[in-house]
Amino acid sequence: MKRLLQHWVVVLFVLLAVYPLLPVAEATRGEQFTHLFIYAILAQGLNIVLGLTGLLHLGIAAFFAIGAYTVGILTVSHFPFQQSFAVAAVAAVVMAALAGVLTTAPILRLRGDYLALVTLGLGLIVLYAIRNLDPITDGTKGLGPIDAGPLPGFSGRNLESWRLKSDWGRNWYNYPYFYYLSLTALGAVMLLVRNLEHSRLGRAWVALREDELAATCMGLNPARLKLAAIAVGGGVAGLAGALYAMALRHTGNPQAYDFTLSMLMICCVILGGMGNRNGVLLGTFLLIGFDRILTSILDNEIQAWVGSAAPYLKLSGYRLLIFGLVLILMMRFRPEGLLPARRIQRELHPEYDEAVGRAAAQAELAETAATAAESPAPLPLHASNAPASDTQHSFR
Amino acid sequence: MEGWLAPTELAGGFLQFLILGLVIGSLYALIALGYTMVYGIIELINFAHGDLFMLGAFFALGLAIWPMGVTTAEAPLPALVATVALMLLLTPLFCAIVNVSVDRVVYRPLRNSPKLTVIVSAIGVSFIFMNIGLLWRGATPVKFPDLISDANLLEGTGLRFTWKDLMVVAVTVPTMIALTLFVRYTRLGKAMRATAQNPVAAQLMGINVNRVIAVTFAIGGALAGVASVIYGLYIKAVDYQMGFQNGLYAFTAAVLGGVGNIPGAVLGGLTIGVVGELAKAYLGAKWSEAVIFGILIVVLLFRPTGLLGARTREKV
Repeated sequence: MKRLLQHWVVVLFVLLAVYPLLPVAEATRGEQFTHLFIYAILAQGLNIVLGLTGLLHLGIAAFFAIGAYTVGILTVSHFPFQQSFAVAAVAAVVMAALAGVLTTAPILRLRGDYLALVTLGLGLIVLYAIRNLDPITDGTKGLGPIDAGPLPGFSGRNLESWRLKSDWGRNWYNYPYFYYLSLTALGAVMLLVRNLEHSRLGRAWVALREDELAATCMGLNPARLKLAAIAVGGGVAGLAGALYAMALRHTGNPQAYDFTLSMLMICCVILGGMGNRNGVLLGTFLLIGFDRILTSILDNEIQAWVGSAAPYLKLSGYRLLIFGLVLILMMRFRPEGLLPARRIQRELHPEYDEAVGRAAAQAELAETAATAAESPAPLPLHASNAPASDTQHSFR
Repeated sequence: MEGWLAPTELAGGFLQFLILGLVIGSLYALIALGYTMVYGIIELINFAHGDLFMLGAFFALGLAIWPMGVTTAEAPLPALVATVALMLLLTPLFCAIVNVSVDRVVYRPLRNSPKLTVIVSAIGVSFIFMNIGLLWRGATPVKFPDLISDANLLEGTGLRFTWKDLMVVAVTVPTMIALTLFVRYTRLGKAMRATAQNPVAAQLMGINVNRVIAVTFAIGGALAGVASVIYGLYIKAVDYQMGFQNGLYAFTAAVLGGVGNIPGAVLGGLTIGVVGELAKAYLGAKWSEAVIFGILIVVLLFRPTGLLGARTREKV
């Protein structure tokens, strides 16, 4: 238990879990956090596809949208389905995973950049379909209100006995319920990714990312592995979409599922560290947290401080500029991300391994010299893994 | 569906949409060339290219407003000609300078990095360009001066081909021919092709690879500049998000034709233009985008390297 609490991710989860119980908790802030968790789930989905398997997928928002609209269609009152959330969420995951497999299977033989472009096109086609298929998706208005019970046969309207604090309201759609639902889902997805990384499948994905040719020669089946990655990643993204529609109680403006979202998610994954789930979590919290939460706070602070609400004083007017600069500077000086996956860091910083190798060689030399002199000098205990001064230790 | 047209009308309509599609398509082709040339040389999907095109349009708009003061077609003819000429001269220059500077500052230090690193940087540049556009002209579409007459040149034939359409063709076609000749017959063009084929070997042969890449970015930027002027004059409205949509079409055109292939980009651009216009006419405007990307996917399924792309092995 003590060792578990030493990891910052666990500490973060514990802190987030107690937040709604604290007296400082606010409904708006809680809703913002809920969205943060949802985007973090989406980023983990992309991390499976991009970070672990190395497929540059530019249309992850499509799976998010499919998840959200599946929930919408299965729960809103003007369709005959009227399912509960649990059923709708499972359906959303299945639909998104299925969509991933069906759209990726025909394009598997495309390589690199062509694959990237086709996935971009797929993302846009899904967006246009949502916008144009009015009878199913209500076009630009979006589907809503989503107003179903959490479980089959459980209306969940009256949660009097479940309330821990008086301001939580008596309906399940007051923020704490979705807050905990999303946080739990995020924790579950993180555990899933962790277990996947260490599984046979996850190791095969990483092998594929590192060198497809070599992986194939080792007897791996790239097509099947890629499909598995897109199915799992798409499913996770679909789960995020389902939670998004539930927390918003509406599928919202289709604009929310456009290319910008896919790009933003790629930024989160890259900023945090491709292939490192904790890094991706950190990247999402930093980037989305900055975009959705911090900017509005800072804007208010700046306005209160300067005493004017001129548009050029608003930080939100510079958000793309800031994103762009962060991306460019990261790529220039720390392309492996804030918390890099070990393999990717080594790939991008070959001097690290060289330095380690050199240190090992020197240690061996010293040892030989010591043996030759028959002196009882102690062996250099740490020489073999002495890091060079200009590199960072990676940790996962 | 806008109702079935009578056979004669349908034929005329089809021809009309074909003309319109070819005109729009040559515009896409011009932007696509910038993508395809940069991709051909450093294998970078330059996501910032469309936004450079947007900045070019804003710059041209600025030129019309400030030094020339010509914002309507009612101005005297010499002033109109001078304005358009100045736009066509300075906007490509501006875009070329911006593009080369970006290459120097952002992409060049990443020359030996993995592809993804450079692509992400390009996305970053695209974000910055968009934000600059937003700060420059605001979030709402801005009217671009309507300087070219809308008079029909094919009066009486039942078809419509205006001075504007003529202008698009008159600028884009010679530009593309000049580019093809440049790449095929000049020393620098040869150096570009050599670098595209194998940068290391080109360097060993004494080619200054970084300079060749800079020239490529300059030419690509200049083409985007030309396209932005034409676009502004043709569509008559610009906004900070126009780069994304048109850049996407142009990039689709480049990939459709076989990315890295100059005639391919032209063919791809024309295809996209015609398909888009026909889809708009027969399926409704809201489906044209989906049809374009659908065609892209179908073509790539059967020819994974595009219409004219060589079946090369991926560079390892």
